[in-house]
Amino acid sequence: MSEIKNKDKTTRRDFLTTVTATVGAVGVGAGVLPVISQMNPDSSVKALASIEVDLSKVKEGQEITVLWRGKPVFIKRRTKEEIQKAQQANLKDLKDPQEDKLRVKKGKDEWLVVLGVCTHLGCVPIAGKGDYNGWFCPCHGSHYDTSGRIRKGPAPTNLEIPQYEFVSNDKIKIG
Amino acid sequence: MNDQTSKTSKEHFEPVHTNKVGGSPFTGVTGWIDNRLPIIRMFRHEYLDFQVPKSLSYFWSFGGILTICLLLLIVTGISLGMHYKPDANQAFDSVEKIMRDVNFGWLIRYAHMNLASFFFIAVYLHIFRGLYYGSYKEPRELMWLLGIIIFFLMMATAFLGYTLPWGQMSYWGATVITNLFSAVPVVGKFIVTWLWGDYSVGDAALNRFYVLHWLIAFLIVGVVVFHVIALHIVGSNNPSGIEPKDTRDTVSFSPFTTSKDLLAMLVFLLIFVAVMMYAPNYLGHPDNYIPANPLVTPAHIVPEWYFLPFYAILRSIPDKLMGVVAMVSSIAVLGLLPWLDFSKVRSSVFRPIWKQCVFLFVLDFFVLMYIGGAPAEGIYLVIGRIGTAFWFAFFFILAPLVSIIEKPLPMPASIHEFEDWKKQGKIKTIKLFNK
Repeated sequence: MSEIKNKDKTTRRDFLTTVTATVGAVGVGAGVLPVISQMNPDSSVKALASIEVDLSKVKEGQEITVLWRGKPVFIKRRTKEEIQKAQQANLKDLKDPQEDKLRVKKGKDEWLVVLGVCTHLGCVPIAGKGDYNGWFCPCHGSHYDTSGRIRKGPAPTNLEIPQYEFVSNDKIKIG
Repeated sequence: MNDQTSKTSKEHFEPVHTNKVGGSPFTGVTGWIDNRLPIIRMFRHEYLDFQVPKSLSYFWSFGGILTICLLLLIVTGISLGMHYKPDANQAFDSVEKIMRDVNFGWLIRYAHMNLASFFFIAVYLHIFRGLYYGSYKEPRELMWLLGIIIFFLMMATAFLGYTLPWGQMSYWGATVITNLFSAVPVVGKFIVTWLWGDYSVGDAALNRFYVLHWLIAFLIVGVVVFHVIALHIVGSNNPSGIEPKDTRDTVSFSPFTTSKDLLAMLVFLLIFVAVMMYAPNYLGHPDNYIPANPLVTPAHIVPEWYFLPFYAILRSIPDKLMGVVAMVSSIAVLGLLPWLDFSKVRSSVFRPIWKQCVFLFVLDFFVLMYIGGAPAEGIYLVIGRIGTAFWFAFFFILAPLVSIIEKPLPMPASIHEFEDWKKQGKIKTIKLFNK
């Protein structure tokens, strides 16, 4: 009879169940976190975050590719015609509208620095190809213009601009 | 007296059996083992005395063929693992070392490479068998679902294995496939970085791909065990789609099915050996003999042939996220088939309309395979979109619609009657190898 009465009350067993479950959950969480986290980029990878690039030898119309964080970065010294084309594009025609001046450093319209990674599935686009004379991705057919903006194809966004700054007139630091 | 009986019945306790030693039909050492670990009687029960429908065709040999392929993949894989180095600077060279220096390394690697392709050939025929003869229908739904899980795992492990030689196709295939996860809204970018352990595919990714390639291979073994256990509970389907009723309908698994399966395995392996010996690289891509270069994407990047139909579906959708969703669901949708097709008749032999639908589906599979290997532009893109639309229409429109409108042909009452009808030429079945 006393068993039935005890049902309504908090018993030692209830207490132990709650405490065991709580400690167990915290333990599992604490155990899983390092196992998940170990897969993220480690300290040595993060330490290689920035590089400096000398631009003095790049001629007008020329493009160089440098490797940054394992990915290619396109640095293009654009011709006047290419800059003009990029600036005159109608924003309404763009899939990911962005003005050309927001994609270069102020007063450095010549220099376009973009990640050479197609925003679709990560292939490296080919320079000077495609319908807009910027880049063309051979994997799934995305066309980028001379500002690295997506114009046609499956890629959802413009070529990404990495974080960079001019440390001198012809030297940039990426990252 | 009465008093006593009531007292004893009150104190009556049910006996417990915590110890199940005994009951073996065997004697001696076999009996001693079997009494303690009943695998011997289980083996006899499931593989020697086991009754299967007598109408099974060679289409039912692919389960056994797949088991042999899986075993050979594991044996060759373990051998390769003893020489391969999962390091971005050493992987390509270690594979070349296997090809040139390791004793029989060329043979073991070519066998592993081509077995992967033949595993897919066999699995596609196995899935076709299931589609055509309605093997996914009640009560085999769970077995079918386990099969789809195996198929997903196969694709994962095949992809991971293909990245290991660290050639151009390995590298860019890995880049494209891992980037599929970047389509996930909000957290996509973090997932990809987490998968890579870096900001691009590199050494960290290769190392974990190697580990996961092994892990998933053994996960497949585990799910296959469930798949086979389920098979032994629900029993094999057969070309008639009718369940066996008495001994006139069945034969013993051994020696009848075993000898038939052995012949089929032999023929299959002979074809495999012929391809492996005379055209070992036919099913691969020459660009994968160029070491991985993160600065240059091959001009024409294609996955392995067995991924092409699904790759075509991915490319036929112009939106990144929807493309990925469509690709994954094009396979997952197979899992809904037991419920989308609710016709009571299993076998296409008696389903004149559904039979045509299945053949069209097979045609669609090959069309999409061709499109997946062609450039994503112009007419190819149009055909790819039609093919993708048909793929989903097959499941969501044709399957339920045909279930309703189709009038099945007259059916025999049993499997032995089915066999009689076949002899009399009343019905036609698909013949594979036999007269």
